[in-house]
Amino acid sequence: MSASFEPIVGRYMNLQLLGRPHRLYVEEAGQGVPLLCLHTAGSDGRQYRALMNHKDITARHRVIAFDMPWHGKSSPPSGWHDEEYQLTSQQYTTMILEVMQALELDKPIVMGCSIGGRIVLHLALEHPERFRAIIGLQAGAHVDPYYDLNFLHRSDVHGGEVCGAIVSGLVGPDAPDKERWETLWHYMQGGPGVFKGDLYFYKLDGDIRGRVAQIDTTRCPLFLLSGEYDYSCTPEETLAVAGSIPGCEVTIMKGLGHFPMSEDPQAFLTHLLPVLEKIGRS
Amino acid sequence: MIEQLKEHVNADAGLVRRGRFLSTNFLLEIGSTQWLINIVEGRVSSVTRGPFVMPSWSFALRAPQEEWARFWEADPRPGSHDLMALIKRRVLKAEGNLQVFMANLRYFKESLAKLRAGVAA
Repeated sequence: MSASFEPIVGRYMNLQLLGRPHRLYVEEAGQGVPLLCLHTAGSDGRQYRALMNHKDITARHRVIAFDMPWHGKSSPPSGWHDEEYQLTSQQYTTMILEVMQALELDKPIVMGCSIGGRIVLHLALEHPERFRAIIGLQAGAHVDPYYDLNFLHRSDVHGGEVCGAIVSGLVGPDAPDKERWETLWHYMQGGPGVFKGDLYFYKLDGDIRGRVAQIDTTRCPLFLLSGEYDYSCTPEETLAVAGSIPGCEVTIMKGLGHFPMSEDPQAFLTHLLPVLEKIGRS
Repeated sequence: MIEQLKEHVNADAGLVRRGRFLSTNFLLEIGSTQWLINIVEGRVSSVTRGPFVMPSWSFALRAPQEEWARFWEADPRPGSHDLMALIKRRVLKAEGNLQVFMANLRYFKESLAKLRAGVAA
């Protein structure tokens, strides 16, 4: 097989974020309407590799994914070695808006999965005017902790092994092995305590149950897509959110799990492309 | 059926290799039936059916018989397809020294899935 390059371009961006200098890794591919993609807790922007390689998407969209600080090829901020990483709603929202400003993105479509699916509900509520449309993957208003999160970061449990094993069942049963294990590998590569720190937002700080019904889809269209085999954010939880927001469009994706864009891109694209076409027409 | 765990796990060289630093005794409760499963360096050395008078174990996994039956279907339904899904639904109780379970979570998930209908050793 001859060598070939993918159309994805990655660069490091230095910017002031949350009052501190940060070095973030940003990938993009394609041209057109900006589509800003937010990865799940404990993973990184590689989850969107298939979208950035898909001509039907990149022909009309500039697909962008950044690794959050502490994740992927982005650095933690200087001084991290004496801190405990904990993501909050306020930090997460600020980070997304500041990255958008730094990249000079004008009314992008924003699409986030899991914690990204949760924060886009916050964005839909608080900053709808900044976005052309909002897509939440595996988006629920709240998840109760269902295991002791301390196991994700303690010296007698290998962090990479346990993070991969915790989420392995969240991948749908029909996902191709190659994509399933690539998805889990990203989890196994996470830094110590980073997945746990993200889950502080997901399971504690980011609870939006009391406010989610105030989202006004006339200010920004909202689409929710959730995989059938996700027991972290179940289809029922997504349907409950959608049912409380007039105008919200919802799709339950049969056979898929918690990482649709990464675990089974081909199946996911059959659900995503019609949504992007609809956004493009509006 | 549970006795087949020994044969199925031990025939999987990759699984045994990943469990090579694991030696423990755990309790599997299927409805009212208890099983003690002993693992030595990644190999299942014994599977013993209760009742027991004074069982010793590092951790226990307890669920109703019908929940295990759904978990062991060849093509389990959403929510019955993974140990963590059962725990999330509060039908599987994990108790005891869960450090052993969590430090070897992939091993235990893959071992118990070996009892799924149609899964070859």
